[in-house]
Amino acid sequence: MNFNLSVGLSTYLLVGAMLFCLGLYGVFVKKNIVAVLMSIELMLNAVNLNFVAFNRFLAVSSVVGQVAALFVIVLAAAEVAVGLALVIAIYRTRHTTNTDEFNWLKW
Amino acid sequence: MSTVVFFIFAILAVASAWGVVTSKNIVHSAFFLALTFVGVAALYVLLNADFIAAVQILVYTGAVSIMVVFAVMLTLRGDVRESSEENRKWGWGLFTAGLLFVVIALVILTNTDWRILAGPWTVQNTAASLSKLLLTSYMIPFEASAILLTIALIGAVILAKGVKEDK
Repeated sequence: MNFNLSVGLSTYLLVGAMLFCLGLYGVFVKKNIVAVLMSIELMLNAVNLNFVAFNRFLAVSSVVGQVAALFVIVLAAAEVAVGLALVIAIYRTRHTTNTDEFNWLKW
Repeated sequence: MSTVVFFIFAILAVASAWGVVTSKNIVHSAFFLALTFVGVAALYVLLNADFIAAVQILVYTGAVSIMVVFAVMLTLRGDVRESSEENRKWGWGLFTAGLLFVVIALVILTNTDWRILAGPWTVQNTAASLSKLLLTSYMIPFEASAILLTIALIGAVILAKGVKEDK
């Protein structure tokens, strides 16, 4: 496998994969629910980077990938607003942000 | 030249993302997150997506990070230095995320169709092309996302404010 150092599509995809897997790790291991939301933002950013990179390298005469990235940004803004409002609502009744204590739907 | 800039900002983005998920102090995590967003915005500039880079700075660094900091400040209890710990099963998370990264990296590095360099960029004005696409072929998703954003923000206000019991 020969790997050269010039920046191509695969380099951008590797950066996106690193960001995505770091976000996935954060979602799995973090105890604080706000940190889990931050990790989800990391994963959405990785996906956006992939959209824009594919647009730049495979479709040089249009901006369809950037349109998709724009929609992902809108969705991420809506998601983080609702997520943080849920965190504050849970905190008001339960006085905790620890994901291990979010277990009152368990029987 | 652009290779050096790429590696500076790629390393900045990945290192701050590492800081987000490994920091025990959640306030540090929030500031590392803002730094990651700035690094990704610089990568967008290198990818000729100047409008997306501006939106990234405005929406993510400006709004999302500040909102996360607000949520952190409103829900902080106990010692801030141990406000964002790992749970007991962190080894499984490390295993799964590492395995996924290895699989993705193998796919990327063995796919020769993706081992390409950037061709000449032929779009003159990204913002104008984006707006033309958004108001013609992507008009229905555009309006739907506008409605979604309105509903989500109203829902967020209602959730955060709480509803009176006696109404």
